[in-house]
Amino acid sequence: MESKFYEEDKLLVFKITDEIDDYSVQKIRRKADYEIERYMPKRVVFDFNSVTFMDSAGIGLIIGRYKFANMLGAKLEVSNLTQSVKKIFEMSGILKLIPIAQEEQWA
Amino acid sequence: MKEIFENEMKLEFVSKSVNEAFARIAVAAFASQLDPTIEELADIKTAVSEAVTNCIIHGYEDKQGIVKIIGKIKENELIIEISDQGKGIENINIAKEPLYTTKPNLERSGMGFTIMESFMDKMEIESIVGLGTKITMSKIIKAKEDEQEEFESLTKR
Repeated sequence: MESKFYEEDKLLVFKITDEIDDYSVQKIRRKADYEIERYMPKRVVFDFNSVTFMDSAGIGLIIGRYKFANMLGAKLEVSNLTQSVKKIFEMSGILKLIPIAQEEQWA
Repeated sequence: MKEIFENEMKLEFVSKSVNEAFARIAVAAFASQLDPTIEELADIKTAVSEAVTNCIIHGYEDKQGIVKIIGKIKENELIIEISDQGKGIENINIAKEPLYTTKPNLERSGMGFTIMESFMDKMEIESIVGLGTKITMSKIIKAKEDEQEEFESLTKR
């Protein structure tokens, strides 16, 4: 997973490049929480453009990060959902809670 | 003329979560002889990943055991059995409910069975407390039928 912080906008973008399952999610969670605490952003975006596989571990990951970011005063959004990622998120209902970012390009 | 496939495979591995990717990729490779669409293949991989995760984190918890997968192909149907010899499920009806999880502290969403049920055509759970759990799922791979119909409609013209 790659991450980039945009100081001006207090925006932290995570670009997930791994397959998301119970195994990989542990590493993603650790890195995301560490960086959110480190940069204290106002807005956190998870970009799914390069995600080739995700199971229900992804739902827990996003709900967990949503709560963590909220606690530290940041809003969380998701971006570039692939068809299969969208299908799983829609099934869980989390898209009613977590908005999809308008932007598609993260420089 | 419809080709009839009869095939079977068996896979056993240690209950480590690093093996989840191996399991779903192996099943997907086995399923690929039915010529599924990319979406069907993604559904199969997700359902397998959910079932294997359940064996590892619920069936065996912190202990190590063996996860067993049997894959069968009957005509255009893929049948997958995934089993463990772990602790079993006390109440299957409650376990199947969307969002129900016994492990919220691990950020589990409780969506595993719901995903298996909706991504596959059929899903059955057999479980005995103290002995283990077996999930049997099946899916008809429609791609071939559609192609056949398409071919027939083209040749009729």
